[in-house]
Amino acid sequence: MDRLPRWADIVLIPLVSLVLAAVLSALVILAIGEDPVAAVQLMITGALGSTYGWGYTLYYATNFIFTGLAVSVAFHARMFNIGGEGQAMLGGLGVALVCLHLPLPHWSLALIAATAGAALFGALWALVPGWLQARRGSHIVITTIMFNFIAAALLNYLLVNLMRPVGAMDPATPKFPTATHLPTLHDLLAPLGIAFSKGAPANVSLLVGLLACVLVWLLIWRTRLGYEIRALGHSETGARYAGIGPARTIVITMVISGALAGGMAINNVMGEAERLVMNATEGAGFIGIAVALMGRNHPFGVLLAAILFGFLFQGGAELALWTDIPRELIVVIQALVILFTGALDNMVRRPLAMVFAALRKGREA
Amino acid sequence: MDFLTLLQVLDSTVRLATPLLLACLAGLFSERAGIFDIGLEGKMLMAAFLSASVAFFTGSVWIGLLAGIAASVLLSVLHGLASITFRGNQLISAVAINFLAAGLTVLIAQAWFREGGRTPSLIGGARFEPVTLPLAETLAPVPVLGPIYSELVSGHTILVYLALACVPLTWWVLWRTRFGLRLRAVGENPAAVDTAGISVVGMRYGAVVICGVLCGIAGAYLATGLQAGFVKDMTAGRGYIALAALIFAKWRPWHALGATLLFGLLQAVAVRYQNIDLGGVVIPVQVMDALPYVLTVVILAGFVGKAIPPRAGGEPYVKER
Repeated sequence: MDRLPRWADIVLIPLVSLVLAAVLSALVILAIGEDPVAAVQLMITGALGSTYGWGYTLYYATNFIFTGLAVSVAFHARMFNIGGEGQAMLGGLGVALVCLHLPLPHWSLALIAATAGAALFGALWALVPGWLQARRGSHIVITTIMFNFIAAALLNYLLVNLMRPVGAMDPATPKFPTATHLPTLHDLLAPLGIAFSKGAPANVSLLVGLLACVLVWLLIWRTRLGYEIRALGHSETGARYAGIGPARTIVITMVISGALAGGMAINNVMGEAERLVMNATEGAGFIGIAVALMGRNHPFGVLLAAILFGFLFQGGAELALWTDIPRELIVVIQALVILFTGALDNMVRRPLAMVFAALRKGREA
Repeated sequence: MDFLTLLQVLDSTVRLATPLLLACLAGLFSERAGIFDIGLEGKMLMAAFLSASVAFFTGSVWIGLLAGIAASVLLSVLHGLASITFRGNQLISAVAINFLAAGLTVLIAQAWFREGGRTPSLIGGARFEPVTLPLAETLAPVPVLGPIYSELVSGHTILVYLALACVPLTWWVLWRTRFGLRLRAVGENPAAVDTAGISVVGMRYGAVVICGVLCGIAGAYLATGLQAGFVKDMTAGRGYIALAALIFAKWRPWHALGATLLFGLLQAVAVRYQNIDLGGVVIPVQVMDALPYVLTVVILAGFVGKAIPPRAGGEPYVKER
């Protein structure tokens, strides 16, 4: 089959997929008797029209940066880590244990300790499926799905029976101590003279997320381990021939992936809720799949896709507030993005490849 | 626990195992033909919604059942299109289908009924009523066997008996017919089937459509048999438990019956008893919730017998590579 130019592969295909998803979503909105143009306008003003909107958009985007990076690192080794949701839940447990039980004098120290706790717990929850894949040959997709459910049951048990304060009805931990509360963008930008909404939950974790993007880029394209991960993803026999141990690389990749997914908890658990509640992840682990596919597994692409989904999430919340369109519209859009950028990639690619081949022929003639 | 309580728990086991069994057999057809399907959940959900809606509008549960099957088959064909025709990733396609169903059902339910993503309660002919088997009333007074017959065997909806009948039927189709042999061969070695002049694509689409039909019945049973109407996310992970049961059963129909009854029993016990006190040691209800998944991980890891999936599973077939 004809090759596409590099720019088309990176920019054009995700863009065409996005347009297809948008058109179908517009049809869905039309079909349920609402006005798609008005809906888009409402989403834009709600998510991007104020620093309050931006604060929510960037807060959601921070979650998706972490889960998107987690899925993309595993994709580089040709593994599908569908367990970001469970790993992020366990990351929340790590954050809660650190914040509730360590005497931390200042938020900066708390952030470092909580990041370590979140990454450690997320990594552990991915280590088991990784090890089972590497040593026992059990399919990573199935085990990570099962681990999502096991994580949900475990968190349910811990919150209801052990971590809930005595006498409280709500299955959640007590509030974290004030010293562990993270500064929001309002607090960070105020010294610079920039006014930012006080009510929005975007916080310093966004910077940690950006740092994670840079670190993942360095890992994948600038280190020996990254080379091994990509080599394994291209061909296991090739990697083996080059002296790369597949089992070891699989386990390490999954540990990194799980640590990234777990890292999300510093944003939603520590930065926003300031306590661990039931179902704190709100499906962000699954949105990571769409984000990684859309971002073509590159940290910069993941960042852009995460902001796009942050916009959709916040815009969708506004829609649910002001119109009769429920929040589930986002789930439909997310499904369509996964469908077109992931499963139906060839459907988008083949016609484009033909167009480019025809153009090339025309130029030669 | 007295005899009657035991019967009631077993009775609810059968009812809860039915959607699992149907979805598990659905996955069996698809995966035996080499198409992985983690989208059982989405297909069931879509079928549950559409069957309940159509049954509500028409007042006929049978038309509802057909609509549910149609919705599920439509999603199956989408999965086939992505994974057979366009050779996309079967796992990613199924993930997309699950989300599509989760979103669309609530979106459409809100547009049609405005009840926060549910359908109105179904009454009368819009629901599957329990079937009383012949002589159930007469035999009830007979000690031991009477209650077993009248409480446990009799008094389920027709779909429960249909699901049970599907077990030997699936075995017969897959292991005793030419179609079944070809279907299994497509999942093990598609190139050999192709060489024999049989269309791999055709066989795989056939398997995917059968999977859709069975998932459709499973979904319709949830909304019109087990419960009276659709509620948001009503499958609640049953598609994944069915998938777990399929692995637990190592892709065999009779074992699928055993696995789904076991998982149904776990659900029935979790519904009836919150925490189980075993002489001082309390088993929390969450253990029951997590047990199917833990058991599946253990089986997959090969610590208790190895579960080996069909060899060509998950791989798109490319002719003349």
